[in-house]
Amino acid sequence: MIYNQEFETLPREVLEALQLSRLKQVVARVYHTVGFYRKAFDEAGVTPEDVNSLDDLSRLPFTCKQNLRDNYPFGLFTVPMSNIVRVHASSGTTGKPTVVGYTKRDIETWAELMARSYAAAGLTSNDIIHNAYGYGLFTGGLGAHYGAEKLGASVIPMSGGSTKKQIMLLQDFGPTAICCTPSYALYLAEAGAEMGVDMKSLRLRVGILGAEPWGERIRTEIEDKLNIVALDIYGLSEVMGPGVSMECAEGRNGLHVFEDHFIVEIIDPVTGEVLPYGETGEMVFTTITKEAFPLIRYRSKDISRLMPEICRCGRTFVRMERVMGRSDDMLIIRGVNVYPSQIESVLMSIEGLEPHYQLIVDREGSLDTLEVQIEISENVFSDEVRALQNLEKRITKDIKDILGVTSKVKLVEPKTLERFEGKAQRVIDKREL
Amino acid sequence: MKVEQISIFLENKPGGLTNVTRVLRDTKINIRALSLADTTDFGVLRLIVDDVAKAREVLKAQGMTVGRTTVVGVEVPDRPGGLYEILELLSRESINVEYMYAFVERSGENAVIIFRFDDTDRAIDILLRNGHAVLPGEKVHGL
Repeated sequence: MIYNQEFETLPREVLEALQLSRLKQVVARVYHTVGFYRKAFDEAGVTPEDVNSLDDLSRLPFTCKQNLRDNYPFGLFTVPMSNIVRVHASSGTTGKPTVVGYTKRDIETWAELMARSYAAAGLTSNDIIHNAYGYGLFTGGLGAHYGAEKLGASVIPMSGGSTKKQIMLLQDFGPTAICCTPSYALYLAEAGAEMGVDMKSLRLRVGILGAEPWGERIRTEIEDKLNIVALDIYGLSEVMGPGVSMECAEGRNGLHVFEDHFIVEIIDPVTGEVLPYGETGEMVFTTITKEAFPLIRYRSKDISRLMPEICRCGRTFVRMERVMGRSDDMLIIRGVNVYPSQIESVLMSIEGLEPHYQLIVDREGSLDTLEVQIEISENVFSDEVRALQNLEKRITKDIKDILGVTSKVKLVEPKTLERFEGKAQRVIDKREL
Repeated sequence: MKVEQISIFLENKPGGLTNVTRVLRDTKINIRALSLADTTDFGVLRLIVDDVAKAREVLKAQGMTVGRTTVVGVEVPDRPGGLYEILELLSRESINVEYMYAFVERSGENAVIIFRFDDTDRAIDILLRNGHAVLPGEKVHGL
Protein backbone atom coordinates (compact mmCIF):
# COMPACT_ATOMS: atom_id res chain seq x y z
CA MET A 1 0.00 0.00 0.00
CA ILE A 2 1.19 3.52 -0.75
CA TYR A 3 0.37 6.28 1.72
CA ASN A 4 1.21 9.26 -0.45
CA GLN A 5 0.46 8.07 -3.95
CA GLU A 6 1.40 11.37 -5.55
CA PHE A 7 4.86 11.84 -4.10
CA GLU A 8 5.92 8.22 -3.67
CA THR A 9 5.39 7.42 -7.35
CA LEU A 10 6.64 10.62 -8.99
CA PRO A 11 8.32 9.99 -12.35
CA ARG A 12 12.08 10.22 -11.83
CA GLU A 13 12.52 13.41 -13.84
CA VAL A 14 9.79 15.17 -11.89
CA LEU A 15 11.22 13.88 -8.61
CA GLU A 16 14.69 15.08 -9.55
CA ALA A 17 13.39 18.51 -10.52
CA LEU A 18 11.66 18.71 -7.14
CA GLN A 19 14.83 17.61 -5.37
CA LEU A 20 16.87 20.27 -7.17
CA SER A 21 14.53 23.10 -6.33
CA ARG A 22 14.37 22.01 -2.68
CA LEU A 23 18.14 21.52 -2.57
CA LYS A 24 18.79 25.04 -3.85
CA GLN A 25 16.52 26.49 -1.19
CA VAL A 26 18.08 24.59 1.67
CA VAL A 27 21.63 25.31 0.55
CA ALA A 28 20.88 29.04 0.38
CA ARG A 29 19.19 28.93 3.76
CA VAL A 30 22.00 27.17 5.64
CA TYR A 31 24.61 29.39 3.99
CA HIS A 32 22.87 32.53 5.14
CA THR A 33 21.82 31.39 8.62
CA VAL A 34 24.48 29.02 9.98
CA GLY A 35 28.04 30.21 10.50
CA PHE A 36 29.38 26.70 10.27
CA TYR A 37 28.04 26.15 6.75
CA ARG A 38 29.08 29.59 5.50
CA LYS A 39 32.62 28.95 6.66
CA ALA A 40 32.68 25.39 5.23
CA PHE A 41 31.33 26.55 1.85
CA ASP A 42 33.76 29.46 1.71
CA GLU A 43 36.69 27.17 2.46
CA ALA A 44 35.57 24.79 -0.28
CA GLY A 45 35.22 27.76 -2.65
CA VAL A 46 31.53 27.18 -3.41
CA THR A 47 28.49 29.38 -3.04
CA PRO A 48 24.78 28.47 -3.11
CA GLU A 49 24.67 29.89 -6.67
CA ASP A 50 27.00 27.09 -7.80
CA VAL A 51 24.28 24.49 -7.24
CA ASN A 52 22.48 24.31 -10.57
CA SER A 53 22.03 20.56 -10.94
CA LEU A 54 21.86 17.56 -8.64
CA ASP A 55 25.39 16.66 -9.73
CA ASP A 56 26.59 19.96 -8.27
CA LEU A 57 25.76 18.56 -4.85
CA SER A 58 29.11 16.75 -4.93
CA ARG A 59 30.89 20.13 -4.94
CA LEU A 60 29.59 20.88 -1.46
CA PRO A 61 31.61 19.93 1.63
CA PHE A 62 30.63 17.01 3.85
CA THR A 63 29.18 17.41 7.31
CA CYS A 64 30.21 14.84 9.88
CA LYS A 65 29.38 13.89 13.43
CA GLN A 66 32.30 15.88 14.82
CA ASN A 67 30.85 19.07 13.30
CA LEU A 68 27.65 18.39 15.23
CA ARG A 69 29.59 17.88 18.44
CA ASP A 70 31.58 21.07 17.86
CA ASN A 71 28.33 23.00 17.64
CA TYR A 72 26.73 21.37 20.67
CA PRO A 73 23.96 21.75 21.58
CA PHE A 74 21.98 24.05 19.24
CA GLY A 75 24.63 25.69 17.06
CA LEU A 76 23.47 24.19 13.75
CA PHE A 77 19.78 25.08 14.14
CA THR A 78 18.59 27.46 11.45
CA VAL A 79 15.56 28.76 13.33
CA PRO A 80 15.25 30.50 16.70
CA MET A 81 14.41 28.28 19.70
CA SER A 82 10.92 29.79 19.76
CA ASN A 83 10.22 27.86 16.54
CA ILE A 84 11.62 24.58 17.86
CA VAL A 85 8.90 22.33 19.26
CA ARG A 86 11.03 19.34 20.19
CA VAL A 87 14.62 18.16 20.58
CA HIS A 88 16.03 14.64 20.53
CA ALA A 89 19.54 13.46 21.23
CA SER A 90 21.56 10.42 20.25
CA SER A 91 23.15 8.35 22.97
CA GLY A 92 26.69 9.09 21.84
CA THR A 93 29.05 6.43 23.16
CA THR A 94 31.66 9.03 24.08
CA GLY A 95 31.22 12.52 25.45
CA LYS A 96 28.31 14.79 24.67
CA PRO A 97 25.29 13.55 22.75
CA THR A 98 24.33 14.77 19.29
CA VAL A 99 21.33 17.07 19.56
CA VAL A 100 18.68 17.51 16.89
CA GLY A 101 15.74 19.91 16.75
CA TYR A 102 12.37 19.96 14.99
CA THR A 103 9.89 22.65 14.05
CA LYS A 104 6.17 21.92 14.03
CA ARG A 105 6.34 21.24 10.32
CA ASP A 106 9.37 18.94 10.76
CA ILE A 107 7.37 16.84 13.21
CA GLU A 108 4.54 16.67 10.68
CA THR A 109 6.91 15.64 7.90
CA TRP A 110 8.44 12.97 10.11
CA ALA A 111 5.00 11.65 11.08
CA GLU A 112 4.10 11.39 7.42
CA LEU A 113 7.31 9.49 6.60
CA MET A 114 6.57 7.04 9.42
CA ALA A 115 2.97 6.72 8.20
CA ARG A 116 4.35 5.96 4.73
CA SER A 117 6.60 3.34 6.31
CA TYR A 118 3.68 1.62 8.04
CA ALA A 119 1.68 1.65 4.82
CA ALA A 120 4.65 0.13 2.99
CA ALA A 121 4.47 -2.68 5.56
CA GLY A 122 0.79 -3.17 4.73
CA LEU A 123 -0.66 -1.45 7.80
CA THR A 124 -3.78 0.73 7.81
CA SER A 125 -5.90 2.69 10.28
CA ASN A 126 -7.44 -0.65 11.31
CA ASP A 127 -4.18 -1.88 12.81
CA ILE A 128 -3.07 -1.84 16.43
CA ILE A 129 0.62 -0.96 16.71
CA HIS A 130 2.63 -2.06 19.75
CA ASN A 131 5.49 0.42 19.96
CA ALA A 132 8.38 -1.03 21.94
CA TYR A 133 10.98 1.51 20.83
CA GLY A 134 12.21 3.54 23.76
CA TYR A 135 10.38 6.83 24.40
CA GLY A 136 12.57 9.74 25.38
CA LEU A 137 15.60 11.42 23.88
CA PHE A 138 15.94 8.50 21.44
CA THR A 139 14.03 9.24 18.23
CA GLY A 140 12.60 5.71 17.89
CA GLY A 141 9.74 5.86 20.37
CA LEU A 142 8.14 9.20 19.53
CA GLY A 143 8.92 8.90 15.83
CA ALA A 144 7.10 5.59 15.54
CA HIS A 145 4.32 6.90 17.78
CA TYR A 146 3.49 10.03 15.79
CA GLY A 147 3.55 8.10 12.53
CA ALA A 148 1.11 5.52 13.85
CA GLU A 149 -1.29 8.25 14.94
CA LYS A 150 -0.89 9.98 11.59
CA LEU A 151 -1.88 6.74 9.89
CA GLY A 152 -4.88 6.56 12.19
CA ALA A 153 -3.85 3.25 13.73
CA SER A 154 -4.22 2.54 17.45
CA VAL A 155 -0.90 2.93 19.26
CA ILE A 156 0.19 1.10 22.36
CA PRO A 157 3.00 3.35 23.68
CA MET A 158 4.78 0.51 25.44
CA SER A 159 8.39 1.78 25.19
CA GLY A 160 11.27 -0.61 25.99
CA GLY A 161 11.82 -2.97 28.91
CA SER A 162 9.30 -4.76 31.20
CA THR A 163 9.39 -7.80 28.95
CA LYS A 164 6.78 -9.77 30.92
CA LYS A 165 4.35 -6.92 30.74
CA GLN A 166 5.02 -6.57 27.01
CA ILE A 167 4.14 -10.22 26.52
CA MET A 168 0.98 -9.83 28.57
CA LEU A 169 -0.16 -6.85 26.48
CA LEU A 170 0.75 -8.64 23.25
CA GLN A 171 -1.71 -11.33 24.33
CA ASP A 172 -4.40 -9.13 25.86
CA PHE A 173 -4.49 -6.07 23.55
CA GLY A 174 -4.00 -8.08 20.39
CA PRO A 175 -1.73 -5.70 18.48
CA THR A 176 -1.30 -6.60 14.82
CA ALA A 177 2.10 -4.93 14.42
CA ILE A 178 5.15 -4.39 16.57
CA CYS A 179 7.92 -1.78 16.37
CA CYS A 180 11.20 -2.64 18.07
CA THR A 181 14.78 -3.66 17.38
CA PRO A 182 15.28 -7.05 15.70
CA SER A 183 17.19 -8.32 18.71
CA TYR A 184 14.35 -7.34 21.03
CA ALA A 185 11.83 -9.08 18.77
CA LEU A 186 13.87 -12.27 19.13
CA TYR A 187 14.18 -11.75 22.85
CA LEU A 188 10.41 -11.32 23.18
CA ALA A 189 9.86 -14.52 21.22
CA GLU A 190 12.19 -16.46 23.47
CA ALA A 191 10.98 -14.92 26.72
CA GLY A 192 7.36 -15.58 25.72
CA ALA A 193 8.13 -19.20 24.90
CA GLU A 194 9.80 -19.59 28.30
CA MET A 195 6.67 -18.22 29.95
CA GLY A 196 4.68 -20.89 28.16
CA VAL A 197 3.02 -18.44 25.73
CA ASP A 198 2.43 -19.63 22.19
CA MET A 199 4.07 -16.65 20.49
CA LYS A 200 3.02 -17.88 17.06
CA SER A 201 -0.67 -17.59 17.76
CA LEU A 202 -0.66 -13.91 18.77
CA ARG A 203 -2.53 -11.54 16.45
CA LEU A 204 0.79 -9.97 15.41
CA ARG A 205 1.35 -10.14 11.68
CA VAL A 206 3.97 -7.48 10.95
CA GLY A 207 7.21 -6.34 12.60
CA ILE A 208 8.74 -2.97 11.72
CA LEU A 209 12.24 -3.56 12.94
CA GLY A 210 15.28 -1.34 12.90
CA ALA A 211 17.82 0.76 14.80
CA GLU A 212 20.48 -1.93 14.50
CA PRO A 213 22.05 -4.01 11.72
CA TRP A 214 20.52 -7.41 11.04
CA GLY A 215 20.47 -9.98 8.25
CA GLU A 216 18.32 -12.53 6.46
CA ARG A 217 19.06 -15.29 8.94
CA ILE A 218 17.75 -13.22 11.86
CA ARG A 219 14.77 -12.21 9.75
CA THR A 220 13.86 -15.84 9.07
CA GLU A 221 14.23 -16.66 12.75
CA ILE A 222 11.99 -13.77 13.85
CA GLU A 223 9.39 -14.53 11.20
CA ASP A 224 9.37 -18.16 12.21
CA LYS A 225 9.23 -17.64 15.97
CA LEU A 226 6.58 -14.90 15.94
CA ASN A 227 4.75 -15.94 12.78
CA ILE A 228 5.01 -12.41 11.34
CA VAL A 229 6.39 -10.62 8.32
CA ALA A 230 9.51 -8.77 9.49
CA LEU A 231 10.50 -5.63 7.61
CA ASP A 232 13.50 -3.36 7.93
CA ILE A 233 13.21 0.34 8.70
CA TYR A 234 16.16 2.72 8.63
CA GLY A 235 16.83 6.12 10.01
CA LEU A 236 19.34 8.12 11.95
CA SER A 237 18.50 10.79 14.43
CA GLU A 238 20.76 13.41 12.80
CA VAL A 239 18.83 13.12 9.53
CA MET A 240 15.34 12.73 11.05
CA GLY A 241 14.95 9.51 13.04
CA PRO A 242 13.28 6.32 11.86
CA GLY A 243 11.54 6.69 8.51
CA VAL A 244 14.42 7.84 6.33
CA SER A 245 13.89 4.65 4.37
CA MET A 246 11.63 1.63 4.62
CA GLU A 247 11.45 -1.81 3.10
CA CYS A 248 8.16 -2.51 1.31
CA ALA A 249 6.19 -5.70 1.92
CA GLU A 250 5.83 -6.26 -1.82
CA GLY A 251 9.52 -6.16 -2.69
CA ARG A 252 11.23 -7.19 0.54
CA ASN A 253 14.48 -6.33 -1.13
CA GLY A 254 16.02 -3.06 -0.06
CA LEU A 255 14.62 0.02 1.65
CA HIS A 256 13.01 2.87 -0.29
CA VAL A 257 14.67 6.17 0.59
CA PHE A 258 12.03 8.90 0.83
CA GLU A 259 13.76 10.95 -1.81
CA ASP A 260 11.31 13.82 -1.88
CA HIS A 261 12.76 14.70 1.55
CA PHE A 262 16.30 13.33 1.44
CA ILE A 263 18.98 13.04 -1.20
CA VAL A 264 21.19 10.01 -0.72
CA GLU A 265 24.65 9.54 -2.21
CA ILE A 266 27.14 6.68 -1.92
CA ILE A 267 30.76 7.65 -1.51
CA ASP A 268 34.10 5.95 -1.17
CA PRO A 269 34.73 6.46 2.55
CA VAL A 270 38.45 7.02 1.99
CA THR A 271 38.53 9.34 -1.01
CA GLY A 272 35.11 10.93 -0.57
CA GLU A 273 34.44 10.36 -4.25
CA VAL A 274 30.80 9.78 -5.26
CA LEU A 275 30.22 6.22 -6.47
CA PRO A 276 27.71 5.16 -9.10
CA TYR A 277 24.53 3.19 -8.35
CA GLY A 278 25.22 -0.40 -7.42
CA GLU A 279 28.57 0.18 -5.76
CA THR A 280 29.11 -0.37 -2.08
CA GLY A 281 30.16 2.57 0.04
CA GLU A 282 29.16 5.01 2.76
CA MET A 283 25.74 6.64 2.58
CA VAL A 284 25.66 10.43 2.66
CA PHE A 285 22.36 12.23 3.29
CA THR A 286 21.21 15.73 2.51
CA THR A 287 17.88 16.80 4.00
CA ILE A 288 15.93 18.99 1.59
CA THR A 289 12.77 19.83 3.54
CA LYS A 290 13.85 20.01 7.16
CA GLU A 291 13.43 23.45 8.71
CA ALA A 292 15.06 23.37 12.13
CA PHE A 293 18.13 21.30 11.51
CA PRO A 294 18.94 20.77 7.84
CA LEU A 295 22.02 18.74 7.05
CA ILE A 296 24.13 19.05 3.95
CA ARG A 297 25.96 15.89 2.83
CA TYR A 298 25.95 14.25 6.22
CA ARG A 299 28.26 11.26 6.43
CA SER A 300 26.21 8.48 8.01
CA LYS A 301 29.16 6.05 8.32
CA ASP A 302 26.64 3.37 7.35
CA ILE A 303 27.68 1.15 4.47
CA SER A 304 25.18 0.20 1.81
CA ARG A 305 24.52 0.13 -1.91
CA LEU A 306 21.81 1.83 -3.97
CA MET A 307 19.51 -0.06 -6.31
CA PRO A 308 17.84 2.17 -8.91
CA GLU A 309 15.70 -0.57 -10.49
CA ILE A 310 11.98 0.12 -10.27
CA CYS A 311 10.38 -1.88 -7.48
CA ARG A 312 7.26 -3.97 -8.00
CA CYS A 313 5.48 -1.92 -5.30
CA GLY A 314 5.33 1.04 -7.71
CA ARG A 315 7.42 3.47 -5.68
CA THR A 316 9.92 5.33 -7.81
CA PHE A 317 12.28 5.97 -4.90
CA VAL A 318 15.70 4.36 -5.06
CA ARG A 319 16.25 1.46 -2.70
CA MET A 320 19.21 1.05 -0.37
CA GLU A 321 20.37 -2.41 0.54
CA ARG A 322 20.12 -3.22 4.24
CA VAL A 323 23.05 -1.63 6.06
CA MET A 324 26.10 -3.87 5.78
CA GLY A 325 28.31 -2.27 8.38
CA ARG A 326 30.06 0.89 9.47
CA SER A 327 32.70 2.66 7.44
CA ASP A 328 34.85 2.84 10.58
CA ASP A 329 35.17 -0.94 10.37
CA MET A 330 36.34 -0.93 6.77
CA LEU A 331 39.57 -2.71 5.90
CA ILE A 332 41.59 -2.05 2.81
CA ILE A 333 43.22 -5.28 1.70
CA ARG A 334 45.42 -5.05 -1.38
CA GLY A 335 43.41 -2.01 -2.44
CA VAL A 336 40.03 -3.70 -2.04
CA ASN A 337 37.56 -2.23 0.45
CA VAL A 338 36.33 -5.01 2.71
CA TYR A 339 33.74 -4.80 5.46
CA PRO A 340 33.80 -7.51 8.13
CA SER A 341 30.02 -7.78 7.83
CA GLN A 342 30.37 -8.79 4.16
CA ILE A 343 32.59 -11.67 5.20
CA GLU A 344 30.12 -12.56 7.91
CA SER A 345 27.30 -12.78 5.40
CA VAL A 346 29.41 -15.08 3.21
CA LEU A 347 30.06 -17.33 6.20
CA MET A 348 26.44 -17.28 7.27
CA SER A 349 25.31 -18.34 3.82
CA ILE A 350 27.09 -21.66 4.37
CA GLU A 351 24.86 -24.20 6.04
CA GLY A 352 25.97 -25.22 9.52
CA LEU A 353 28.63 -22.58 10.15
CA GLU A 354 28.40 -20.63 13.38
CA PRO A 355 28.95 -16.86 13.45
CA HIS A 356 32.14 -17.16 15.47
CA TYR A 357 34.95 -15.83 13.37
CA GLN A 358 37.90 -13.49 13.43
CA LEU A 359 39.79 -11.70 10.69
CA ILE A 360 43.56 -11.42 10.92
CA VAL A 361 45.09 -8.89 8.59
CA ASP A 362 48.84 -8.92 8.18
CA ARG A 363 51.49 -8.06 5.65
CA GLU A 364 54.01 -10.36 4.04
CA GLY A 365 56.62 -8.27 2.27
CA SER A 366 54.56 -5.62 0.55
CA LEU A 367 51.45 -7.77 0.22
CA ASP A 368 48.47 -7.68 2.58
CA THR A 369 47.18 -11.02 3.80
CA LEU A 370 43.78 -11.86 5.17
CA GLU A 371 43.23 -14.88 7.34
CA VAL A 372 39.68 -15.83 8.25
CA GLN A 373 39.51 -17.97 11.36
CA ILE A 374 36.25 -19.80 11.92
CA GLU A 375 35.32 -22.02 14.78
CA ILE A 376 34.39 -25.51 13.67
CA SER A 377 30.92 -26.66 14.65
CA GLU A 378 29.56 -30.18 14.82
CA ASN A 379 27.31 -29.51 11.86
CA VAL A 380 30.23 -29.05 9.49
CA PHE A 381 32.77 -31.31 11.17
CA SER A 382 33.78 -34.48 9.38
CA ASP A 383 36.09 -37.37 10.19
CA GLU A 384 37.50 -36.93 6.70
CA VAL A 385 40.25 -34.37 6.32
CA ARG A 386 39.33 -33.90 2.69
CA ALA A 387 35.82 -32.76 3.56
CA LEU A 388 37.21 -30.16 5.96
CA GLN A 389 39.71 -28.95 3.39
CA ASN A 390 36.91 -28.68 0.85
CA LEU A 391 34.98 -26.55 3.30
CA GLU A 392 37.97 -24.23 3.68
CA LYS A 393 38.36 -24.04 -0.08
CA ARG A 394 34.70 -23.29 -0.57
CA ILE A 395 34.80 -20.42 1.90
CA THR A 396 37.93 -19.01 0.27
CA LYS A 397 36.25 -19.21 -3.12
CA ASP A 398 32.99 -17.62 -1.94
CA ILE A 399 34.90 -14.73 -0.36
CA LYS A 400 36.93 -14.29 -3.54
CA ASP A 401 33.82 -14.41 -5.76
CA ILE A 402 31.81 -11.98 -3.69
CA LEU A 403 34.43 -9.60 -2.29
CA GLY A 404 37.21 -9.99 -4.81
CA VAL A 405 39.83 -10.58 -2.16
CA THR A 406 41.97 -13.65 -1.58
CA SER A 407 41.93 -15.05 1.91
CA LYS A 408 43.29 -17.98 3.81
CA VAL A 409 40.61 -19.79 5.74
CA LYS A 410 41.57 -21.55 8.92
CA LEU A 411 39.25 -23.75 10.95
CA VAL A 412 39.85 -23.49 14.68
CA GLU A 413 38.57 -25.35 17.71
CA PRO A 414 35.28 -24.25 19.24
CA LYS A 415 35.29 -21.57 21.91
CA THR A 416 38.86 -20.53 21.12
CA LEU A 417 37.95 -17.16 19.64
CA GLU A 418 37.17 -14.39 22.06
CA ARG A 419 33.50 -13.88 22.87
CA PHE A 420 32.19 -10.35 22.82
CA GLU A 421 29.55 -8.67 24.87
CA GLY A 422 27.67 -6.32 22.61
CA LYS A 423 29.75 -4.91 19.82
CA ALA A 424 32.07 -7.53 18.39
CA GLN A 425 35.70 -6.75 17.70
CA ARG A 426 36.27 -9.11 14.82
CA VAL A 427 39.40 -7.72 13.29
CA ILE A 428 43.02 -8.01 14.33
CA ASP A 429 45.13 -5.79 12.10
CA LYS A 430 48.80 -6.62 12.53
CA ARG A 431 50.00 -4.38 9.70
CA GLU A 432 52.27 -1.53 10.53
CA LEU A 433 50.97 1.11 8.17
CA MET B 1 29.03 -55.78 12.36
CA LYS B 2 29.70 -52.10 12.57
CA VAL B 3 32.14 -50.26 14.74
CA GLU B 4 31.53 -46.81 16.14
CA GLN B 5 34.40 -44.42 15.83
CA ILE B 6 34.60 -40.97 17.32
CA SER B 7 36.55 -38.19 15.71
CA ILE B 8 37.83 -34.99 17.25
CA PHE B 9 38.92 -31.75 15.62
CA LEU B 10 42.33 -30.59 16.80
CA GLU B 11 44.24 -27.50 15.85
CA ASN B 12 47.94 -27.98 15.26
CA LYS B 13 49.14 -26.58 18.53
CA PRO B 14 50.83 -27.99 21.59
CA GLY B 15 48.64 -29.72 24.15
CA GLY B 16 45.71 -30.75 21.98
CA LEU B 17 46.32 -34.49 22.09
CA THR B 18 47.40 -34.32 25.71
CA ASN B 19 44.11 -32.71 26.59
CA VAL B 20 42.03 -35.41 24.88
CA THR B 21 43.96 -38.26 26.46
CA ARG B 22 43.82 -36.65 29.89
CA VAL B 23 40.04 -36.34 29.72
CA LEU B 24 39.79 -40.00 28.74
CA ARG B 25 42.14 -41.07 31.53
CA ASP B 26 40.19 -39.07 34.10
CA THR B 27 36.98 -40.82 33.10
CA LYS B 28 38.62 -44.24 32.78
CA ILE B 29 37.89 -44.66 29.12
CA ASN B 30 40.27 -46.97 27.31
CA ILE B 31 41.54 -46.26 23.80
CA ARG B 32 41.52 -49.38 21.62
CA ALA B 33 42.90 -47.90 18.44
CA LEU B 34 43.58 -44.51 16.99
CA SER B 35 44.76 -42.66 13.95
CA LEU B 36 45.57 -39.03 13.41
CA ALA B 37 45.14 -37.38 10.03
CA ASP B 38 46.71 -34.00 9.79
CA THR B 39 47.19 -30.99 7.55
CA THR B 40 49.41 -28.00 8.20
CA ASP B 41 46.71 -26.30 10.26
CA PHE B 42 44.59 -28.96 11.86
CA GLY B 43 44.23 -32.64 12.53
CA VAL B 44 41.39 -35.09 12.90
CA LEU B 45 41.91 -37.60 15.67
CA ARG B 46 39.94 -40.83 15.20
CA LEU B 47 39.44 -43.11 18.16
CA ILE B 48 37.97 -46.48 18.89
CA VAL B 49 37.16 -46.59 22.59
CA ASP B 50 35.46 -49.02 24.96
CA ASP B 51 32.64 -46.63 25.89
CA VAL B 52 31.62 -44.51 22.90
CA ALA B 53 28.67 -42.68 24.46
CA LYS B 54 30.59 -41.68 27.56
CA ALA B 55 33.65 -40.63 25.58
CA ARG B 56 31.54 -38.34 23.41
CA GLU B 57 29.83 -36.87 26.40
CA VAL B 58 32.98 -36.06 28.36
CA LEU B 59 34.86 -34.70 25.35
CA LYS B 60 31.94 -32.50 24.32
CA ALA B 61 31.67 -31.26 27.88
CA GLN B 62 35.22 -29.96 27.38
CA GLY B 63 33.99 -27.95 24.43
CA MET B 64 35.53 -30.18 21.78
CA THR B 65 33.94 -30.86 18.42
CA VAL B 66 33.24 -34.58 18.39
CA GLY B 67 31.95 -36.50 15.40
CA ARG B 68 30.71 -40.05 15.18
CA THR B 69 31.25 -42.36 12.23
CA THR B 70 30.53 -45.94 11.42
CA VAL B 71 33.59 -47.92 10.41
CA VAL B 72 34.32 -51.60 9.86
CA GLY B 73 36.88 -53.78 11.65
CA VAL B 74 38.31 -56.67 9.65
CA GLU B 75 40.65 -59.32 10.92
CA VAL B 76 43.49 -59.81 8.52
CA PRO B 77 45.72 -62.90 8.55
CA ASP B 78 49.21 -61.96 9.67
CA ARG B 79 51.02 -63.19 6.57
CA PRO B 80 52.22 -61.75 3.23
CA GLY B 81 49.29 -60.92 0.97
CA GLY B 82 46.72 -60.82 3.77
CA LEU B 83 45.74 -57.20 3.23
CA TYR B 84 46.14 -57.40 -0.54
CA GLU B 85 43.39 -60.01 -0.84
CA ILE B 86 40.92 -57.76 0.92
CA LEU B 87 41.81 -54.62 -0.99
CA GLU B 88 41.83 -56.41 -4.30
CA LEU B 89 38.34 -57.74 -3.61
CA LEU B 90 37.02 -54.32 -2.63
CA SER B 91 38.59 -52.66 -5.62
CA ARG B 92 37.04 -55.22 -7.93
CA GLU B 93 33.67 -54.38 -6.41
CA SER B 94 34.31 -50.62 -6.76
CA ILE B 95 34.18 -49.98 -3.04
CA ASN B 96 36.16 -46.89 -2.12
CA VAL B 97 38.28 -46.84 1.03
CA GLU B 98 38.17 -43.33 2.48
CA TYR B 99 40.90 -44.19 5.00
CA MET B 100 42.14 -47.09 7.06
CA TYR B 101 44.40 -47.85 9.97
CA ALA B 102 45.69 -51.01 11.56
CA PHE B 103 46.46 -52.38 14.97
CA VAL B 104 47.40 -55.78 16.33
CA GLU B 105 45.15 -57.94 18.44
CA ARG B 106 46.11 -58.65 22.01
CA SER B 107 46.99 -62.24 21.25
CA GLY B 108 49.30 -60.91 18.54
CA GLU B 109 48.22 -63.45 15.92
CA ASN B 110 46.13 -61.30 13.65
CA ALA B 111 46.11 -57.70 12.57
CA VAL B 112 42.86 -55.75 12.71
CA ILE B 113 42.25 -53.11 10.08
CA ILE B 114 39.71 -50.37 10.64
CA PHE B 115 38.16 -49.28 7.34
CA ARG B 116 36.07 -46.26 6.52
CA PHE B 117 34.14 -47.05 3.33
CA ASP B 118 31.99 -44.87 1.14
CA ASP B 119 29.33 -47.61 1.24
CA THR B 120 29.62 -49.38 4.56
CA ASP B 121 26.70 -51.80 4.22
CA ARG B 122 27.69 -53.08 0.81
CA ALA B 123 31.31 -53.42 1.88
CA ILE B 124 30.35 -55.56 4.88
CA ASP B 125 28.15 -57.70 2.70
CA ILE B 126 30.91 -58.31 0.15
CA LEU B 127 33.52 -59.06 2.80
CA LEU B 128 31.27 -61.56 4.55
CA ARG B 129 30.24 -63.28 1.34
CA ASN B 130 33.90 -63.79 0.51
CA GLY B 131 34.66 -65.33 3.87
CA HIS B 132 36.53 -62.47 5.50
CA ALA B 133 36.41 -61.99 9.26
CA VAL B 134 34.40 -58.85 9.82
CA LEU B 135 34.51 -58.28 13.56
CA PRO B 136 31.36 -57.51 15.54
CA GLY B 137 31.32 -54.05 17.02
CA GLU B 138 31.39 -55.19 20.62
CA LYS B 139 34.44 -57.30 19.91
CA VAL B 140 36.39 -54.36 18.50
CA HIS B 141 35.34 -51.99 21.29
CA GLY B 142 36.32 -54.58 23.87
CA LEU B 143 39.40 -56.02 22.19
